[in-house]
Amino acid sequence: MKQTVFVGGLAALLFAASLARAADPLDAITAAAQADKSFSGFSAARGETLFRTKGKDWSCSTCHTADPRNPGRHTVTGKAIQPMAPVSNPKRLTDPAKVEKWFKRNCGDVFDRECTAREKGDVITWLRSLAR
Amino acid sequence: MNTSKAHAGLRSISTALLYLAVISTSSVVWADGATKPAPTNPVWQEECGSCHIAYPPRFLPAESWQQLMGSLEDHFGTDASIDAGTAATIETFLTRNAKRSKTDTMATDAPLRITEGRWFRREHDEIAAAKWKSAAIGSAANCGACHREADKGSFRERDIKVP
Ligand code: HEC
Ligand code: HEC
Ligand code: HEC
Repeated sequence: MKQTVFVGGLAALLFAASLARAADPLDAITAAAQADKSFSGFSAARGETLFRTKGKDWSCSTCHTADPRNPGRHTVTGKAIQPMAPVSNPKRLTDPAKVEKWFKRNCGDVFDRECTAREKGDVITWLRSLAR
Repeated sequence: MNTSKAHAGLRSISTALLYLAVISTSSVVWADGATKPAPTNPVWQEECGSCHIAYPPRFLPAESWQQLMGSLEDHFGTDASIDAGTAATIETFLTRNAKRSKTDTMATDAPLRITEGRWFRREHDEIAAAKWKSAAIGSAANCGACHREADKGSFRERDIKVP
């Protein structure tokens, strides 16, 4: 019985690993942004502005700090948040499902709406452009 | 560019491992009930431990967890929504390991906050009201500010250090 579960689990793992090829979160976001005919590429400068723009009560930098190479802090709960810029934290912006989940939540919490594909691409482009 | 793709691959493999671990964790729980100290579950830890510590299920009755899990899109003023499958996994884990009795310790039948329970207030009655709001703590819900091992599910007296 235990062995069946183990073998089944292993098969599931190998299957998942084979699906795990190169999914850059920006790929799907780029495809979605291109659906708009006027799209002419992402802009790090626009991304930076959006990140620091205050919505209802907060901006993105309220929790992630104005310089996302630094660790942040959840403004309500006080919990520490690892840096958002990949240069400080290479795990960032690598998992499409995680990235989409948090854009949906955080754009809702900050701007009371979802962010557009272009806005998401702008922010990712800016975060990835940050160097030491 | 290539390195970021490699990271994406690694990340997905670790996600797969996470789900594999869930399968084994839940079978342990089914096998011997709630006798294990500080029951844990990697999906719960990841999803419910991102904005605050993952509050241990033993601090609220099952009814509270059900209500919390049914209203994640408006969760204390933030959006904590997750897909239905993940939510079901977490709800099962929480309700199985929930506080057993509710009437003796809680102000209402299904409080949504641990920090509003009578038990919580009694346990923390020596802490002044102003202390909770100090910069280093911010909120009574920030258990980890004083319970240094809270993120590991431990609230023992010897790990307490009020800042
Ligand atoms: C109230 C606090 C808060 C605010 C405001 C906030 N975030 Fe977040 N954000 C979090 C937390 C908590 C996480 C998850 C914890 C973690 O991954 O370390 C997170 C995770 C993310 C992630 C996932 C990144 C990854 O790959 O790991 C992205 C992207 C993100 N936030 C973008 C934003 C953007 C864009 C805004 C502004 C619209 C914003 N956040 C505003 C708290 C916040
Ligand atoms: C997007 C951020 C976020 C996520 C994800 C999240 N929470 Fe919360 N949670 C909050 C905030 C903000 C509060 C209010 C904290 C405060 O008042 O200090 C809170 C408070 C709570 C409280 C009450 C704490 C108290 O005061 O006693 C419980 C219980 C709780 N969350 C359970 C959960 C569970 C279970 C999950 C996973 C399904 C979860 N949370 C995921 C943001 C989040
Ligand atoms: C301001 C600091 C502070 C915060 C924040 C805090 N506690 Fe406590 N807690 C204490 C202190 C101090 C005691 C010890 C009281 C005593 O000595 O009787 C304690 C005692 C406890 C105990 C009993 C421990 C034992 O073995 O006697 C539990 C359980 C507990 N807290 C849970 C929590 C939870 C859950 C949270 C978050 C929802 C929390 N605490 C937040 C300071 C804090």
